[in-house]
Amino acid sequence: MSKRIDAIDLNVYYGKFRAVADVDITIEPKSVTAFIGPSGCGKTTFLRTLNRMHEVLPGAHVEGKLLLDGDDIYAPGVDPVAVRSNVGMVFQRPNPFPTMTIRENVLAGLKLNGQRISKGDADAVVEKSLRGANLWQEVKDRLEKPGSGLSGGQQQRLCIARTIAVEPEVILMDEPCSALDPISTLAVEDLISELKEQYTVVIVTHNMQQAARVSDKTAFFNIAGTGKPGKLIEYAETSQIFNNPQEKSTEDYVSGRFG
Amino acid sequence: MTTNVKTDLENKGRSRLTVGQKPRWTWAACLAGSAVVAAAVLALIGFNVAGWAVLTAVLYVASMYVSTVVLENRRKATNGLWTNLVFGAFVIALLPLVSVLWTVLSIGLPGLLAPGFLASDMLGITGAVDQQSVNEGTSVLGGVAHALVGSLLITIGATVISVPIGLLTSIYLVEYSRGGFFSKAITFFVDVMTGIPSIVAGLFAAGLMMTLVGPGTNVMGFSAVLALSVLMIPVVVRSTEEMLRVVPNELREASYALGVRKWRTILRVVIPTSISGIASGVTLAIARVIGETAPILVTAGVAIQTNWNLFQDWMMSLPVYIYRQMMFPTAPSAPDASEQRAWAAALVLIIIVMLLNLLARFIAKAFAPKKSGR
Ligand SMILES: Nc1ncnc2c1ncn2[C@@H]1O[C@H](COP(=O)(O)OP(=O)(O)OP(=O)(O)O)[C@@H](O)[C@H]1O
Ligand SMILES: [Mg+2]
Repeated sequence: MSKRIDAIDLNVYYGKFRAVADVDITIEPKSVTAFIGPSGCGKTTFLRTLNRMHEVLPGAHVEGKLLLDGDDIYAPGVDPVAVRSNVGMVFQRPNPFPTMTIRENVLAGLKLNGQRISKGDADAVVEKSLRGANLWQEVKDRLEKPGSGLSGGQQQRLCIARTIAVEPEVILMDEPCSALDPISTLAVEDLISELKEQYTVVIVTHNMQQAARVSDKTAFFNIAGTGKPGKLIEYAETSQIFNNPQEKSTEDYVSGRFG
Repeated sequence: MTTNVKTDLENKGRSRLTVGQKPRWTWAACLAGSAVVAAAVLALIGFNVAGWAVLTAVLYVASMYVSTVVLENRRKATNGLWTNLVFGAFVIALLPLVSVLWTVLSIGLPGLLAPGFLASDMLGITGAVDQQSVNEGTSVLGGVAHALVGSLLITIGATVISVPIGLLTSIYLVEYSRGGFFSKAITFFVDVMTGIPSIVAGLFAAGLMMTLVGPGTNVMGFSAVLALSVLMIPVVVRSTEEMLRVVPNELREASYALGVRKWRTILRVVIPTSISGIASGVTLAIARVIGETAPILVTAGVAIQTNWNLFQDWMMSLPVYIYRQMMFPTAPSAPDASEQRAWAAALVLIIIVMLLNLLARFIAKAFAPKKSGR
């Protein structure tokens, strides 16, 4: 149910601009990995290459290998849609589908793909996913109401429920809590800890405490200057990154002495 | 300020914050004064209501400005002046609309209420018939059934052709093209097509059908359908394109991230999100072409009897009917009957356009994404 990710010498481009250079990283299954680093260093860019979302932007492309349990997702002939149904993604800003009810939002991954499921199965998926996203208690009486009528934190958890409803192997989260209050943040963090029982989770965050709280391993990205590509500086156990970093820039960044 | 002053103000029912303001009734005084002065001025050169209204408005704006400068200050006066000018522009913009509606309604209503106006065509309504009904003062015979049928069939035909083409074109432009030469060319030609004079579209359609089916038989409803499609497609492309562009990219990405294919994303996420705007844009495009006269006149011709077949024989339509009845009365010596029918047909046309506009609003409301629902 969860897969291992190996990036080998991965370079990510926007047109001619190389945004991320030479990343080598191995992400273990059933673990939480946090990406940290200053703004513009390419965390989002790299995260989006993990499910081939990067290439939906005009001119964007990737060089290098990215193995999902040993299979290169950038090999010729690989269908990006198949990759994306294995690697789900939660975005920085909650984005439930405005035309759909809460229930339809949870089932979106199945319904949009034209899968036919019986009402009983659908109900089961909805309840399981919403429970998985810690949202069931709050919305069980208003499943037929529009998803955009929820609070921001609830919407974000709805987006997580929508992602786990399609049962991916890997879940990518790009600053999932940046628009949320501390209580919703806590709810999402608890959820992340539960999700790693089943999934490989990768999370981008600007919040050091959050990275320290939820992740097993942490990757620190940095950028040498504007116009230069972002690079993976250090990747290790989270405790080591925060307590005993090997690189000077990592230490500066995690201790807040940056720049 | 001393307590004394405050009490004084309170006695007058004012607070310190409202001190130095002109009395509330200033505007009424200015208006009454302006009206009296305007009436007096016009009495010297001959009174008329329109002139009086205009002069009163001008004097009112001027006197409000002056009295505000005197009683308050220049900043507030300028603010008031612009408020009044903006409001005046609004009234002026509204005048033609209201007077058109009023004219058509008051002149057209008797004809519309004449028995059988909507149900009968002009078959058998000769000059002699009109002459007789005018002479004897009986109700005018004949109606718009054939024109109504023609207009509806031609417009539906044009919609059936233009909406899919326009929709798919704009989907290509927004979702598939990456700003390349081809999409720039399409956008350019759509812009050019928007500016094509409608008579040119009519001649084009007539000419095209002439080469396809030969002269004579090319005059039929379908030629008009083509002409109106030429006019309608660019409008549909433009309005749909705009609606698709405002769909946030986040929704597309959310759908892709769930492993949904692009065409399904467009069909099930992008279009439903923008359907209200698309539908009301299409409805407005229909309302726009249903009143076209010239392109229909040169493609579908004129007729006096109802024709349900778009692909054969000449076909009447409401705008052409109005034109013919006004310019070529059935009974040249008694044109009143034809004029009455023309105005009634104009009223029918306006009612249809208004209904379409209402429908557009209703569609926009009904399909709009539900924003809340706590
Ligand atoms: N659509 C794009 N087109 C071109 N360049 C882009 C695009 N998106 C991002 N970039 C560039 O790529 C680099 C990395 O951006 P990215 O969004 O990955 O940074 P980030 O680490 O996620 O920053 P933040 O913490 O602020 O979210 C930046 O220099 C940015 O300007
Ligand atoms: Mg980012």
